[in-house]
Amino acid sequence: MGLIDLTLIWVALIGLGVFMYVLMDGFDLGVGILFPFAPDEESRDLMMNSVAPVWDGNETWLILGGAGLLAAFPLIYTVFLPALYIGVFLLLAGLIFRGIAFEFRFKATKNKHLWNYSFFGGSTVASFAQGAVIGAYVQGFETENFRYVGGAFDWLTPFTLMTGLGVVAGYALLGVTWTIMKTEGRTQDWAYKIAPWLLGAVLVFFIVVSLWTPLTNERVMSRWFDNIGWLWIFPFVTVAFAGWIFTRLRKRAEGSPFIGSMVLFAMFYLGILISMWPYAVPPNYTFWDASSDPGSQLFLLIGFLFLIPIVLGYTAWTYWVFRGKVRPGAGYAGH
Amino acid sequence: MDLDPVLISRFQFAFVVSFHAIFPVFTIGLAAYVAVLEGLYYRTDNPVYLKLSKFWTKVFAVVFGMGVVSGIVMAFQFGTNWSNFAYSASNFLGPVLSYEVVTAFFLEATFLGVLLFGRDKVPRGLHLFSACMVAIGTFISSFWILSANSWMHTPAGVEMVDGMIQMTSWTQAIFNSSFPYRFAHMALASFITGGFVVAGVSALYLLKGSHPETSKKALKMCVVMLAVVTPMQLLVGHEHGLNTFENQPVKVAAMEGAWETKSAAPLVLFAIPDAANETNHFEIKIPYLASIVLTHSVDGVVPGLLEVPADERPPVGIVFWSFRIMVGLGMIFIAISLFSALQLYRGRLFDSPLLLKAYTWLIPAPFVAVLTGWFVTEVGRQPWMIQGLMQLDEAVTPSVTGWMALVTLIGYIAVYAVVFSAGLYYLRKVVEGGPDPLDKRSEGSDARPKRPWSAASNSLDEAPSAAGS
Repeated sequence: MGLIDLTLIWVALIGLGVFMYVLMDGFDLGVGILFPFAPDEESRDLMMNSVAPVWDGNETWLILGGAGLLAAFPLIYTVFLPALYIGVFLLLAGLIFRGIAFEFRFKATKNKHLWNYSFFGGSTVASFAQGAVIGAYVQGFETENFRYVGGAFDWLTPFTLMTGLGVVAGYALLGVTWTIMKTEGRTQDWAYKIAPWLLGAVLVFFIVVSLWTPLTNERVMSRWFDNIGWLWIFPFVTVAFAGWIFTRLRKRAEGSPFIGSMVLFAMFYLGILISMWPYAVPPNYTFWDASSDPGSQLFLLIGFLFLIPIVLGYTAWTYWVFRGKVRPGAGYAGH
Repeated sequence: MDLDPVLISRFQFAFVVSFHAIFPVFTIGLAAYVAVLEGLYYRTDNPVYLKLSKFWTKVFAVVFGMGVVSGIVMAFQFGTNWSNFAYSASNFLGPVLSYEVVTAFFLEATFLGVLLFGRDKVPRGLHLFSACMVAIGTFISSFWILSANSWMHTPAGVEMVDGMIQMTSWTQAIFNSSFPYRFAHMALASFITGGFVVAGVSALYLLKGSHPETSKKALKMCVVMLAVVTPMQLLVGHEHGLNTFENQPVKVAAMEGAWETKSAAPLVLFAIPDAANETNHFEIKIPYLASIVLTHSVDGVVPGLLEVPADERPPVGIVFWSFRIMVGLGMIFIAISLFSALQLYRGRLFDSPLLLKAYTWLIPAPFVAVLTGWFVTEVGRQPWMIQGLMQLDEAVTPSVTGWMALVTLIGYIAVYAVVFSAGLYYLRKVVEGGPDPLDKRSEGSDARPKRPWSAASNSLDEAPSAAGS
């Protein structure tokens, strides 16, 4: 191979894409998870309008994740999806009910509450399924000769239930801190009230999963405890940031809780990568085993280097266009 | 009970892709129409264009939303049910589908937000720009996905090494021989679909006597466009067919219902193909015509299905009949478009209620034509996944059982039934609401109703105040 390790570049690129997805769809799925608990229907209107212009673009990062994996690491695509067959169906069904709720809820009158449930249920199921995917990745897959050979429900274990619920709580935290940033008055007061509880729940899941993973997985155990000399920084920064978010919430800061929550997610994400590196499809295949042909990786990389900055540019522009608080009568009222 | 995972996976793919396909084929045409309306409004300041654009953007939003959610399913079908195919073809399919996401999906999704919600937040020029980006995005998207699909029919630029597709030429693979025809055929199909839906809804208003000015304008625009595009489609379709005849003669034999290889082959207008006995019943045919159409000579040779063993033939009946439905509808489209253009030229386009009624009846027709067209080309490729390189039973996911495929198929049918019926219900509400009346415009942008979108359906609301905020 050449001077540059394309596989490593693609790990970074796909990693970035998945992380963008987790952050961006994370907060709008989180808004959906919180939907039934909002104080009133007007708050729900506001919350939904705060994500209406951007959710579609956010979800596109998931499609990029899927297509990008097929391009750069086809083995991940062709083992994860068959192994998580039923879970993938739940994820997609969830995203469908969540997605159509945007358009239909604002056109509904009598049946508005049905679309509230559709939005809530879809968001929650999709978030749970994504958490279960992460859990299944940590668990590993039964493979033979680059094919998944396990059963339909191998992925469903107490551990993946735990990671699924953990992601539901985590997305709800992103959603509530987003709501704080984008709303005011009654809606914001309510968000301030429940945000610390969600943060607490996220920390509990973080601690449970952080202990459970190394205890059931020797490789992860030795990864962390052989390198504890510098790896201690990750749990330390996580807990420190959680503490910072608590104080910022108490001072009714508007933007920093959301930013802090995103940092928390970055720490979780790095933690998983550290635990799993260099395995793409554990326990048998590394990212290098999972790679596509270098020619294909290069062909796509050249385009990505031009196109991804452009995508990020106009994505940032739309967030700027829709910056500031959502107010009653905006969003779906505006066109 | 023994369920065949290949068969049920095929049903599942056919179902989810058919369901998905009806949305983009409409939104590609409609996005272009909205961009044109926005452009005309920008240049002329004529409020008719603004009303039309706003109304059709509402329809677009609902349809596009259904297209997005059903499209996500497609992004994962290759992995869940056809993982061996996805793995083998990943060196080509992966980059092509990824390019579709970064060049098209982000463009559509992001600028749609501005198109829908940004009219008062960005300058008019940028709003128009956003409408154009959405329209261009839909075309770029069809470019990539049709390239990938065409490659499965006419693979090029690759070689099979130890069961893996390896690239030899990206340009040959992306611009494979059936791609230009399929792309042109599909782009025109999108314009025809968009055109007939807009024309049908406009005719509906004219029959009811509501929104006369906007509806007349819209219908005129559609008639002019359709009179140009529908005959073009016949030519492009014919060229596409010739390309298929060259590359996939078995598919064409199924389309023609031709069992035996013949020179001076007749064109079978009607028949009941009988695959078990390798013959047709109740044939009605026109002598020489198949040879003339396909080879441009009276005694040209048209190969029949018997050239290949039975297990390499597609299901003949589906291909044969889908093809006839598509072509028949296409002929109706051409006839009504040209007649309408004539009436428009004579200044009588709006005189005949029967013509207007015909347009309302034809609203579902282009969707049927598009789906049957896809049945022809996809079913006609069977039993190949990638023509000549990989068959279906090698392509399926090894760990998928018949039950898994069946349970998720039932799940998708249930989910899509909800999506589709709700979508049709709300589209009906939007259509019944109609465009904002023209006289309201004097209120100017500041005095617009707070929720024009809800306002569109307010006449149906039992409690409008609860819907507003």
